[in-house]
Amino acid sequence: MTQARTLYEKIWDAHVVDQRDDGTAIIFIDRHLVHEVTSPQAFEGLRMAGRKVRRPDLTLAVPDHNVPTTARLDADGNRIPIADPESRAQLEALERNAPAFGVPYISATDIRQGIVHVIGPEQGFTLPGCTMVCGDSHTAAHGALGALAFGIGTSEVEHVLATQTLQLKRSKSMEIRVEGDLPAGVSPKDLILHIIGQIGAAGGTGHVVEYRGRVFEQMSIEGRLTIANMSIEAGARAGLIAPDDTTFAYLKGRPMAPKGADWDAAVAYWRTLRTDDGAVFDKSVVIDAADVAPSVTWGTSPEDVVPITGVIPDPESFEDASKRAAARKSLDYMGLTAGTPLAEVLVEHIFIGSCTNSRIEDLRAAADVLKGRRNAPGIKSALVVPGSGLVKRQAEEEGLDRIFIEAGFEWREPGCSACLGMNPDKVPSGERCASTSNRNFVGRQGPGARTHLVSPAMAAAAAVTGRLADVRELV
Amino acid sequence: MQPIDRVEGRAIPFGRKNVDTDIIIPAQWLKTISREGLGKGAFETVRAEPDNVFDNPEFAGAPILIAGDNFGCGSSREHAAWALTDLGITAVIAPSFSDIFSSNAFKNGILTVVLPQEAVDRLMEVAATDPIHVDLESQTVTTPFQDRFTFEIDPFRKTCLLQGLDEIGLTLAKTDAISAYEAKLASEKPWLVPAAA
Repeated sequence: MTQARTLYEKIWDAHVVDQRDDGTAIIFIDRHLVHEVTSPQAFEGLRMAGRKVRRPDLTLAVPDHNVPTTARLDADGNRIPIADPESRAQLEALERNAPAFGVPYISATDIRQGIVHVIGPEQGFTLPGCTMVCGDSHTAAHGALGALAFGIGTSEVEHVLATQTLQLKRSKSMEIRVEGDLPAGVSPKDLILHIIGQIGAAGGTGHVVEYRGRVFEQMSIEGRLTIANMSIEAGARAGLIAPDDTTFAYLKGRPMAPKGADWDAAVAYWRTLRTDDGAVFDKSVVIDAADVAPSVTWGTSPEDVVPITGVIPDPESFEDASKRAAARKSLDYMGLTAGTPLAEVLVEHIFIGSCTNSRIEDLRAAADVLKGRRNAPGIKSALVVPGSGLVKRQAEEEGLDRIFIEAGFEWREPGCSACLGMNPDKVPSGERCASTSNRNFVGRQGPGARTHLVSPAMAAAAAVTGRLADVRELV
Repeated sequence: MQPIDRVEGRAIPFGRKNVDTDIIIPAQWLKTISREGLGKGAFETVRAEPDNVFDNPEFAGAPILIAGDNFGCGSSREHAAWALTDLGITAVIAPSFSDIFSSNAFKNGILTVVLPQEAVDRLMEVAATDPIHVDLESQTVTTPFQDRFTFEIDPFRKTCLLQGLDEIGLTLAKTDAISAYEAKLASEKPWLVPAAA
């Protein structure tokens, strides 16, 4: 009789190449996604040491962080060069490094190009039970398909390129169990914001989270990706959802997923990837789904979450002295006053996109609210940035692009865009954005930019009302 | 990696909690293809504040930084560690660190020292006027006022830091084990290799 194990322990155990007495193990990495921002120094390191990429076949490179979201080809089909010389140099470095090291590369003008965490699942590169890394903290997203996926730094990118392994110590395990069903009008984004608000931005530090409960079993892969994506905002390096028939149906037939007899063998293995009855988590948190409302952030940490029906909290109401100080600074930066109802906060910018919320269901949810409506006069800019070229094409086939454009949105090319303000899409200093992205940090969407994290439907509600608004009043 | 056994000198009493890596180095500085020169952009938004500790001449060249809970949260950008190195910071003391940042710091020979909040509060007081001494071998932080705090560190990381070991080189020494794992994988899970992109 083997000991009951959690899903995390099963995936970990299956990937141990070498175990040292001090607890550090060499862990095999099944999948490595590479993008232009965190890889140039890693390839340079390989070059200087005369090392090769050990498993280019398990590696996939795509540019996403830096690429402009404006047209990439001119009327004659020629590529439009990136105006910013540094961004261009970084993109060109990836374009040189990928073929030089034999790494498969999806170029900025390929229909399959998009945000690493959107194209991984979309191409079937992400598989259940895999270990998966990328030089990007939102790699946690792929845990939605039951992959043990986490972000790494550039030195680790180089380590994985050279050895296809990482030296790691096992994390602790944490269960986030959500009981009951979400109320009507409440989305996966609202749920994950609520969870982060409950456990805090460091609540999952040192842990790998597994999300459990009927809510997740009934959730689409797109919804699960939104949940797992933001695990890192609660400090957890990875977040897992056990793979099930929804996962298998999503993956079947994807270009890079197993085919034929391989597929059957893979599914048989994936069905074993569940936390055993009686397995023990190091930490357990229970959330009541009925408590979740459409959620909005008010401050500069993703833990600063309130329901849209609430008010801006009073910094003095926090027990912890450092939290009081942080809240005072946050409100000053955000230009907000304690006690103001959230629904009275005016916004000037709307961003629908990012690896958290740029998939087809996200665009549908926003379009549902926008249909037959127009952006409020106070809205200065409203961007929709689909997560990939394929998401964009599907949305266009469904006519979603017309709904966005008629409402007053700009329909853009795929990339990370205004989530992190690396490309030209930024929120001006002192101005306020309702954003479907994942971080409301100081300066995240551009120097001085003020970010309120919301779901796609809530971003659409903010667009048509010109303020933070409860989408349930619009549907 | 440069070996490191002790860090001694003034400490910047920053003290803030949830300092994310966007604060340590904003995104506009990430367009570089080099590890060098990122100190210019370090803590840019904090340095825009009047009377910030980073521009206080008292702390110019200080090798230690003291921060609050959850230091280095958010983005995995190793540029945050490179920026600290460029500022001359080789040790950060805080009640807790994000997992990714502490790993990145370690790979760059920056010591992350976890101490309880009370100890950090005391060191913040001392740092205002006096130097602090961090000793890796004995795992202690001491002050000129007889304060002595001990900290935990992973033994493997400690050895690597003390000896300045190249982790990739260490792993490559296990190439046979990696090859054996790959051979097993190829026979047991042949479906794992993706179809070409």
